[in-house]
Amino acid sequence: MNVTVLFFAAHRELAGARDAVVALPERSTVDALLAALRGRGGGLARLPDQVAVAVNRKYADRTTVLAEGDEVALIPPVAGG
Amino acid sequence: MSWSKITLDPINPTAALAQVGGPGDGATLLFLGVVRNANEGRPVSGVEYEGYAEMAREELAAIVGEAAERAGSLRVGAVHRLGDLKVGEVSVAVAVSTPHRAEAFEAARYVMEEVKKRLPVWKRERYLDGEPEWLAGRTPAAAGSARRDRGPAPLEAKGRSRAQAGAARAPR
Repeated sequence: MNVTVLFFAAHRELAGARDAVVALPERSTVDALLAALRGRGGGLARLPDQVAVAVNRKYADRTTVLAEGDEVALIPPVAGG
Repeated sequence: MSWSKITLDPINPTAALAQVGGPGDGATLLFLGVVRNANEGRPVSGVEYEGYAEMAREELAAIVGEAAERAGSLRVGAVHRLGDLKVGEVSVAVAVSTPHRAEAFEAARYVMEEVKKRLPVWKRERYLDGEPEWLAGRTPAAAGSARRDRGPAPLEAKGRSRAQAGAARAPR
């Protein structure tokens, strides 16, 4: 299955891209996606351990199971206001 | 009634105020977050706000709805701006009206504390004396936990640490 990953702010600079499509085995978790991203090497190998994640625009945890077509955003520490 | 907006356009505080208030409300409050000219002693020329706009829209609506629910039937609204802002420009406005002042202060405070914790927005400061840097922020809690924590938000520590150049850094 494929999921779309969105990168913002410092993560966007690490990834060198705003988004990426990642192919994963069916029923992969957020954790598995993060491992796959780190495995791509380059700046993504330096993704922080504590990265927060949103799946389809809702905060999610590491054990969330992904589905085909999900939009997964990596959320760097937020600094609005 | 509550309302919220994420926008690239300059924020009009008068328009924000106009959306709250009513004959039964004895207290109207307007909070403005403004880009300041220095951070930790470094002269700042402006701030670039980046956001996950679609999610920020939903999250800000949820925050405003929670503030209204906590305080009963108040009128509350919030607007957050994205894009390049200069010193003195308004980045966020929160307008509240309630029958009495205590709930208005409480609601405005709640909205701002939750914005700082949860809104998927990032800022990169531009300095007069060097390269721009992403500011260190707070790592949002995982799904649902922000909503379980309905207690009063703690005071935010004064001052912010700057992120390592180009790299995200865990807060605190």
